[in-house]
Amino acid sequence: MSMTTMGMTTIDTLRFATAGSVDDGKSTLVGRLLHDSKSVLADQLEAVERASANRGQDAPDLALLTDGLRAEREQGITIDVAYRYFATPRRRFILADTPGHVQYTRNMVTGASTAELAIILVDARNGVVEQTLRHAAVAALLRVPHVVLAVNKMDLVGYEEKEFLRIVEDFGRHAEELGLPGFTPIPVSALVGDNVVERSAHMDWYDGPALLEYLETVPVGVEAADAPARLPVQYVIRHGDERHYAGQLVSGALRVGDRVTVHPSGETSEIVGIDVLGEAAEVAFAPQSITVRLADQRDVARGDMITAGADGPTLTQDVRAAVCHLAERPLRVGDRVLLRHTTRTVKAIVRDLGGAGSLATNDLGRVVLRTAEPLALDDYAEVRRTGAFILVDPADGATLTAGMVELT
Amino acid sequence: MTVHTLSHLDALESEAVHIFREVAGEFERPVILFSGGKDSIVMLHLALKAFAPAAIPFSLLHVDTGHNFPEVLEYRDRTVAEHGLRLHVASVQDYIDRGVLRERPDGTRNPLQTVPLTEKIQSERFDAVFGGGRRDEEKARAKERVFSLRDEFSQWDPRRQRPELWQLYNGRHAPGEHVRVFPLSNWTELDVWQYIAREGIELPEIYFAHHREVFMRGGMWLTAGEWGGPRENEAVEKRQVRYRTVGDMSCTGAVDSDAVTLDQVIAEIAASRLTERGATRADDKLSEAAMEDRKREGYF
Repeated sequence: MSMTTMGMTTIDTLRFATAGSVDDGKSTLVGRLLHDSKSVLADQLEAVERASANRGQDAPDLALLTDGLRAEREQGITIDVAYRYFATPRRRFILADTPGHVQYTRNMVTGASTAELAIILVDARNGVVEQTLRHAAVAALLRVPHVVLAVNKMDLVGYEEKEFLRIVEDFGRHAEELGLPGFTPIPVSALVGDNVVERSAHMDWYDGPALLEYLETVPVGVEAADAPARLPVQYVIRHGDERHYAGQLVSGALRVGDRVTVHPSGETSEIVGIDVLGEAAEVAFAPQSITVRLADQRDVARGDMITAGADGPTLTQDVRAAVCHLAERPLRVGDRVLLRHTTRTVKAIVRDLGGAGSLATNDLGRVVLRTAEPLALDDYAEVRRTGAFILVDPADGATLTAGMVELT
Repeated sequence: MTVHTLSHLDALESEAVHIFREVAGEFERPVILFSGGKDSIVMLHLALKAFAPAAIPFSLLHVDTGHNFPEVLEYRDRTVAEHGLRLHVASVQDYIDRGVLRERPDGTRNPLQTVPLTEKIQSERFDAVFGGGRRDEEKARAKERVFSLRDEFSQWDPRRQRPELWQLYNGRHAPGEHVRVFPLSNWTELDVWQYIAREGIELPEIYFAHHREVFMRGGMWLTAGEWGGPRENEAVEKRQVRYRTVGDMSCTGAVDSDAVTLDQVIAEIAASRLTERGATRADDKLSEAAMEDRKREGYF
């Protein structure tokens, strides 16, 4: 199937995450983004106006658009990641709205794991604070492709360029140390609406885009066809004598006729058929959900990975990774856990925690694991989805830790 | 270098199919909640695609409030027969007849669905239950995970949800617990309609404008019927309406509309200044946290 018959469209989707510390106005920024892009409908706005009036506020509190849980409204804080949807004529957006409050690191890790862009918000009066650096560290660790530094509350520092530049310079110095490849600074006032959707009339010294303009135009969602092909097998569909290996192609492309290797067995075969959701295709590319058929009868099951091309994954039982610990209970050297990588779950033991004896909630660290069976790993920096894993508590199934493989 | 861009709907479709296949690979007894409404119809369509050319490895479950639109029941039964599926029914009317549930003074049966639903899940030992819930529907739903663990009482605790990273969905659960799965989490109402149009999916007629006997209650046009409307002071009139959602007849309102084709429906929704549930669901207006409170008890 050629490009032209694939029905390509120019509309794509940006998945992005927000991060900010307490009281820096993140809920207001998200509310402003939704409101000013006309993504808030009349009944939602009416509910916010009513709730704001009940609290004795004279203007609608846009933060109420996003605080969805009873406890959040009662305490005026955001507890958990929420996902929101809006669209402009140019692009659709899926926003992971991550709270800056309690357990901020693990929430941002959650939001950033599927994001192609992260907005790190700082209060112009306070500048770069400890949490800003944690957010930058998480964005760097998770290799979020694009980072926006939104310097908020510019109205409270007299819209002064030098205040903005001081923060940008400060953040830039730290960003380099943290390994953040680059970032786009934008001065905003979420409360007033400066540079969120409309360009500000208060800062003529700034000639860059407003936030939404940037979100609409930043390049995203492209998978290079020459990236290594990776197909974790999710399920085997048997139909008559045929076996269709079903999965989502997480990177690269597969074609009929490609020589492939099945991991961890290492057996090789050839693709004789590809179906994209019930329709035969000559080629498929990430992130399409597909099924493939192989020339030889092979013992292929859920948890295996089919790959093509010279750049194969690394087969190993010794996993080194950067981690963020998510659970309340600590992770300790010697812990026996389950490791979930693509569609495969294996037993693992924690061998080392970068010299530390344990990791507490929200700690970033390094881990060495020994697994009961070999895994087909990529470096997280190369292929996000085959370089990522979670650790699970075998006792109660809780998700403990997020891991990003470091092969070198 | 060739650069591929997947369209928005293709990306959502691919993600949803991935979720269906994960459940098929990880669970023993999954079931799809099927109401005959557009979201569950799209779910079924996606499931059929996910396992083609084989049949879907799930059965269906309908929570029957006893106040269903006849056109929707007819659609349900026809669909089940067409695809050779197995349908489980949990009946609110049975519970009322047995005296286990009591009719509410306001006549709405939507909140009464929770007990039959959760008891059916327990008695059939379903371990994964697909729902058509979308995060764009409501603020509490915006917080919902794709895989959402429910305890042995089917309760949802929004403060104790598992973090969900990358596409690594963690469905581990103890006996008696189950996981609610939402393949349409990232879809919006407009996405659902555009997908229906693209795929040529048939829907029950009530989604399109037609002439119907309705009466006004609580600011909404409700269909007259044996379920308990109209009351004495409520006048019935014939209007051209359509439904944006399908639910219990006692709390699902119709909207005035002349949209008789899919394209007209899509144009109407794109221009609407009201959300889907704000326009047509009385039960969400009971309190600011109505949805969250029902979800905590086990409702979808």
